[in-house]
Amino acid sequence: MTEQIGRRVPRKEDRRLLAGHARFGADVQFPRMAHVRVVRSPVAHGTVSRIATEAARAQPGVIDVVTAEDLPADLRIPVRLHVEGTDPGERLQPVLASHTVRYVGEPLAVVAAEDAYLAEDAAELVELEIDELPARLDAGSGDDEVVADFGLGYGDVESAFAGAAHVARLEFSVQRHSGVPLEPRALTVDYVPATGGVEIFGATKVPGFNRRVLAQLLDVDESVIHLHAVDAGGGFGVRGEFYPEDFLVPWLARRLRRPVSWVEDRAEHLVAVNHSRQQRHRLEVAAAGDGTILGLRDDVWHDNGAYVRTHGVIVPELTLSMLPGPYRVPAYSGRVRVALTNKTPCGTYRAPGRFEGTAAREQLLDLVAAELGMDRVELRRRNLLTPGELPHTRAMHTLGTELVLDSGDYPRLLDRALDTVDELGWRELVARGRAQGRLLGLGLSLFLEKSGLGPHDTADVEITSTGRVRVHSGGTSLGQGIETVLAQIVADEFGVSVDRVDVVNGDTTLQPFGTGSWASRSTVVAGSAVRGAGRAVALRVRELGAEVLEAAPEDVELADGVVRVRGAATARALDLAEVWLAAQPGSPWLRDGEPAGLSARHRFAVDRMTYPYGAHVCVVEVDPGSGGVTVLRYLVAYEVGRAVNPALVEGQLRGGVAQGVGGALLEEFRYDESGQPQCTTFMDYLMPTASEVPAVEIVLCEDAPATTNPLGARGAGEGGLTGAGAAVASAVSDAIGRPAMTGLPLDPGSVLAALGTVTGPAAASADGIP
Amino acid sequence: MKPAPFEYHRAYTPKEVTELLLELGEDAKILAGGQSLVPMMNFRLARPTALVDINPVSGLDYIRRDGDVLRVGALTRHRSVELSTEPDVHNGFSVLPGAARWIGHFPIRSRGTVGGSIAHADPTAEWCLLARLYDAEIVVLGEHGTRTVPSDEWFTGFLTTAALPGELVLETRFRRPRRHGTLLEYARRRGDFAIAAVAVAFDITDNRCHDVSMVLGGVANEPLRVPEAEAYLEGAEPGERAWAEAARLAAEAVTPGTGPDDGDHGYRRHLVGTLARRALAEAQAGPAGPRPRGGAS
Repeated sequence: MTEQIGRRVPRKEDRRLLAGHARFGADVQFPRMAHVRVVRSPVAHGTVSRIATEAARAQPGVIDVVTAEDLPADLRIPVRLHVEGTDPGERLQPVLASHTVRYVGEPLAVVAAEDAYLAEDAAELVELEIDELPARLDAGSGDDEVVADFGLGYGDVESAFAGAAHVARLEFSVQRHSGVPLEPRALTVDYVPATGGVEIFGATKVPGFNRRVLAQLLDVDESVIHLHAVDAGGGFGVRGEFYPEDFLVPWLARRLRRPVSWVEDRAEHLVAVNHSRQQRHRLEVAAAGDGTILGLRDDVWHDNGAYVRTHGVIVPELTLSMLPGPYRVPAYSGRVRVALTNKTPCGTYRAPGRFEGTAAREQLLDLVAAELGMDRVELRRRNLLTPGELPHTRAMHTLGTELVLDSGDYPRLLDRALDTVDELGWRELVARGRAQGRLLGLGLSLFLEKSGLGPHDTADVEITSTGRVRVHSGGTSLGQGIETVLAQIVADEFGVSVDRVDVVNGDTTLQPFGTGSWASRSTVVAGSAVRGAGRAVALRVRELGAEVLEAAPEDVELADGVVRVRGAATARALDLAEVWLAAQPGSPWLRDGEPAGLSARHRFAVDRMTYPYGAHVCVVEVDPGSGGVTVLRYLVAYEVGRAVNPALVEGQLRGGVAQGVGGALLEEFRYDESGQPQCTTFMDYLMPTASEVPAVEIVLCEDAPATTNPLGARGAGEGGLTGAGAAVASAVSDAIGRPAMTGLPLDPGSVLAALGTVTGPAAASADGIP
Repeated sequence: MKPAPFEYHRAYTPKEVTELLLELGEDAKILAGGQSLVPMMNFRLARPTALVDINPVSGLDYIRRDGDVLRVGALTRHRSVELSTEPDVHNGFSVLPGAARWIGHFPIRSRGTVGGSIAHADPTAEWCLLARLYDAEIVVLGEHGTRTVPSDEWFTGFLTTAALPGELVLETRFRRPRRHGTLLEYARRRGDFAIAAVAVAFDITDNRCHDVSMVLGGVANEPLRVPEAEAYLEGAEPGERAWAEAARLAAEAVTPGTGPDDGDHGYRRHLVGTLARRALAEAQAGPAGPRPRGGAS
């Protein structure tokens, strides 16, 4: 069997997904199941004086109505990702608000009924008396509740700026938007009377962490909580974190002693799941006359919404730690103030912190190039770290790890991107369009990513009765294809095809030590764990096979799923099923005390991340008549170290671009002046569709294998998104002849304002609020 | 996102529809294609106590030319107009198939109806704009039989019409066929409700514009005719200069207080100017003829 790693293997999960055999959270149904509707705050900020549930309770078919009074006192959801030196204190989110509501959509009560219609009808009858308080809606307005104020940096920034020939300054804002999986959240929970435990279907992303939190909040042993693997219609960072509903639904199942189902609807989803991205940057770069960067400063206001959720303040930390990007920045100082506002609380969204910081930094570099009269590419090339400078340590920490940029060749990646752009004739395309009087622009961004976050992941591999290879991994299937990737990795240990491999992700009983799928980590970390476990099982297969074949272990080989004596092609060979049989209890080949079965557990630990990098290039056209921006061409060049499955890497990058174009041009959670969300449907929250997303050229580079893991792989989950806001902004500013834009989204109002075409209310909407 | 409780009734004849509506009272609603009503019910923005499903009613799905009048039955799906290759449609009313392509997305066009759109009276809806552009008459059936309402009396405000309780739209009669016509819209995404839309129709004889109509959508509570631009273009020589002046007049018609979103009128005004100029130029180039099925627009 040829090596499976590196092949464009079709996705294993597609068979069930395309045939309608997938099982999503809401597909799991039980008899006697109660259906839940969450009653949410209709006001942005207020004091709750009374919640009257009698009318709702009196409805036929209503089983229970629950408010904070019915819960254990002051239950709050803890932080999963701590940033050293920060303390969210009283601002962790309660599972149900009691005295104060802080955003529209905050859970106040839960109605359980015999069906979802009755639950929604009854939820309307829960009477809320809330005395409205003034809503705080802007971070950095001067009247702020700052929940964290911290800095990251290194070097002598003061001297760098004092001695600089040129200083460029830019204010840049990024709008509130987030990951919007096509499947909203869903939870089905079955109650187990014998143990008092719960069987949970619908959790994704970090089942191990969620089980731990739930066990603590319910005050039960983790072993009575079983989170099952289900399919998920997209994750993007928002799905699968521990939200209030992740407590309320299991808690209700135990209270009612019956199965409970909750399916989020889209209107809820858009006010309930983590929002993200809203930041305002004030950047300064100190440069020598020739464009050499001497120092970089950034002062960031991060709008975190009403509470600190499971991500703590990791998103703005990632903004600061990753801001210098792939460049040689001798001195850097970043400060962020994380402010709370009366809007939906925030968390991570694919490329958290980096989409924002990359857009701000790259626009700053466009600006300094313009101010120095230099070519944008030349300025970047001059400042890129060279292979000889790697590994490059920045005296900062991020995600609790030391920031050491591992191997790489950044200038080569830039060359490869631009060579492809030249081959594709994009410069000529822009020139031709301009000759016809059209506003075309070419945009470029370079970015640094991070991936492969540890500290560990665990995988189990076993051989089953028909000689199949079974994997219980700690990753979760969010639609990204991780099952296929893990199957490819383990298949090579046995010389079999991926068709002989079964992968179960995210089941807390089968794999209690899983760390989940996030932070572009699963191929790298879970993959390395699977490889280790597979290797251990393969060793055992060879050992036991040698016993059966009456040969020395070093004389047998395992290839094509068969153990045979090396160099003796005609000799007797054992397939994996036969070796499995030899490992069964009672087998004459098992020695006394030797465990039965062919299985192994492996824990892969890594204390540093691996840093992928890339470039985005795009061509846009601006219509001065409407202010509309059309993305005509798009290219991503990305260093992935080693692509386990190039087709899936490309798919990840393309999907990222789709979201990046949405974030650059369309998607925004807007609020009115009283804090009412204005984007609670897909008519108002503008997701890009097939009509808005361009075809994407991919330059997939495997020029710099990662040194932090045995696969040499770098994560690929986020790089399609990281540079998108920056590249589109660069292209728009190029199209309209401005040195830099001042924020996202590049909506018609702000584009026309930058063009100087429209004055008046729309023109003032640089923040996108018309 | 589950609708509040409602009764469901099915009607088989127009008369049965009106009888049911009168019996069920003012909170009963007609269900045709359901492309606006059902989402509004799911959001509980609309809470009809009862629905009268008119899809089983036969004889309301047609496009018929009657001299200078194009009669479109209420249950005609958007998609039927879009795909029409009938010379009766394309000679004089070529705007209709072209305009249908702007309506939402494929499933919406397959299910939604012309009569439903006229009855719903969204100020950006294509059929509402064209009803005003072609001085259409709306034929409705009520308690006392049929009556015909001119389109300038039909649209009475945001999502409101001159329909009386119990009345059912039977037909829209588009009149005054003209050789040149276009409807253009702008939305941030293909298929969304237009931020603004402009429809124009006119004839050109002896290199002069005649019989000019211009309607704006999305800038007022109902489709807005622009008599200033129409008067200016009457007898004008077709061409960029005339189009630019007419577009300026169209943009001037967008005033604060006329739009659903007053704060945005500066942008809408600019957009209307753009769309009007482009629509006039496109219309001048002549009727496009039937578009290939599935072709790009």
